[in-house]
Amino acid sequence: MKLTRLFKQSLGYLILVGGGLVMVMPFFWLISSSFKAPGKIYVFPPQWIPNPVRWQNYVDVFTEVPVFLYVRNTLIITISSTIGTVLCTIVTGYAFARLRFKGRDTIFSLLLATLMLPYVVTMIPIYIMFSKVHMVNTFWPLILPNFFGEAFYIFLLRQFFRTIPVELEDAARIDGADRLRIIFQIMVPLARPAIIVVTIQAALDNWNGFMQPLIFLTKQALWPLSLGLNSLQRFETGLDLTHLMMVLAVFMVTPVVIVYFLAQKQFIQGIVLTGMKA
Amino acid sequence: MKIESVVPVPTLRSRINNWFAFTRKLQFEETVWGWILILPAVIGLILFKIGPVLASLLLSFTKYEIISSPQWIGLANYQHLPADSLYMKSVEVTLNYSALFIPLSIMVAYTIGLLMSQNLKGITIWRTMWYMPSLVPTVASAIIWRWALNPEFGAVNYPLKLLGLPLPGWLTDPDWIIRSMVLIQLWGLGNAALIFLAAIKGVPETYYEAAEVDGANAWTKFWNITIPMTSSVIFFQMIMSVIGSFQIFSVAYILFGGYTTSDPAGPGNAALFYVLYTYRNAFGYFKNGYASAIAWVLFLVVMVLTILLFRTQKLWVYYEVEGGPQS
Repeated sequence: MKLTRLFKQSLGYLILVGGGLVMVMPFFWLISSSFKAPGKIYVFPPQWIPNPVRWQNYVDVFTEVPVFLYVRNTLIITISSTIGTVLCTIVTGYAFARLRFKGRDTIFSLLLATLMLPYVVTMIPIYIMFSKVHMVNTFWPLILPNFFGEAFYIFLLRQFFRTIPVELEDAARIDGADRLRIIFQIMVPLARPAIIVVTIQAALDNWNGFMQPLIFLTKQALWPLSLGLNSLQRFETGLDLTHLMMVLAVFMVTPVVIVYFLAQKQFIQGIVLTGMKA
Repeated sequence: MKIESVVPVPTLRSRINNWFAFTRKLQFEETVWGWILILPAVIGLILFKIGPVLASLLLSFTKYEIISSPQWIGLANYQHLPADSLYMKSVEVTLNYSALFIPLSIMVAYTIGLLMSQNLKGITIWRTMWYMPSLVPTVASAIIWRWALNPEFGAVNYPLKLLGLPLPGWLTDPDWIIRSMVLIQLWGLGNAALIFLAAIKGVPETYYEAAEVDGANAWTKFWNITIPMTSSVIFFQMIMSVIGSFQIFSVAYILFGGYTTSDPAGPGNAALFYVLYTYRNAFGYFKNGYASAIAWVLFLVVMVLTILLFRTQKLWVYYEVEGGPQS
């Protein structure tokens, strides 16, 4: 009995560790390739440790690829979209959680229903709309919609706000605080964990976003990292910049990994909550 | 005496009146603030969801190629679909992909979740390792897999080559492309695995203990406790998997999008996924009316499938009732 248990445990261990190594291998290859010389990336057998290690790639990438431009564009899109999402989500989430008014539940269920809506369906009219107001090839189509709320995050914050005792805000209301003050001075500090979750998730979505930038941004000067990276892997420049592409990919992955390790708890919580919508 | 008994009555009444006035004011205040606070979301709902959905439905009945204004053609776009061989190809590709991806994604993610749920030394490190791939942005993961699945020098064929096994042309052989796409998507399945992990961990330990007293083995415990207790999460992940698999786009576009929209998507259009074809119609051929019809068909299919799945829910999904077994 004990022996089979030991066997089972070591088997579990083996699969867990072995599989884990297989999972991170491609990841490791990406990092290692970013230190390889141009012709040394696509070789057989796969080279896991670069030889020689080419630090030069990390210098060259700045002269060959408009890295700062891509990073700047990505940051503009990510930061402003995230601010929009968080602000709008907080006030809307509060209203749905705490205020009773006619039409509230109808609007709320409509909002939830939009979660089922594929983006391709709304994509064309939204594109036409933005092109009519000459906003194609600006960041607006990527940023603006975020200021008008994202159904799922609203739902998430609403659920969280409902767990906060009403007495806490009653005290403030007796002191004459209005709703906005209650939201930002009482509710927001109390709901910090949930707000961090929303912030991380929203930032991640925008940082990694591909389809929307692809549709709305056709000028290279406006490209975020995802589109810049895509143009490199398509060899659009006609040069073999594979080694520099690897560097750029590392640049794109690193901040995500850092955020993951800094806020692992909230990060995982965010994912788990996303999966438990129902 | 008389006077005293009369006096309290109006006070009480006025108190009640005051109370009503107060609550009315309160209700009024809540209504006004409520609408002010949700106003952005309502505008967003109309401007970016309901409006576009209706517009898209209208457009799907028109011929609209940007240069000219939309021209009403009734159901012609929809009637043209079966005759459009590329469209039928995209349906075929997507269905093949979904048939493989939906069951596999659930099984693989659940298995990873189970593996992660073991109480082993250093489990957080191993969990992180399994999860890492999900942190890789789509474009970067496409780059990684373009190499890993390369028949000549990719990491996947490397062990196969050593063992002398046949080497599939993962991204070049039309028969293998769908499988490769499934593989790539499975690699980034860490999120679903974490969700399953949380669900599995959430099953009360006492259930297992009770089953052990009754002499249940690991297998019966798994089938009779773990699976039913996590069925609501499995159900939800299944819905997400259905919705997601029909809408796959970015990886397909990056790996097989071609330089121009007239290039086939992969050899023999083997990677012409539904949304990729929709995208090409809208932004490559500028057939906005036709693309809208294609998108609407997808919308209807996703909606019907979701409703059907919800119907089956009663048969196999177990929801804990408050005050039920857990209390």
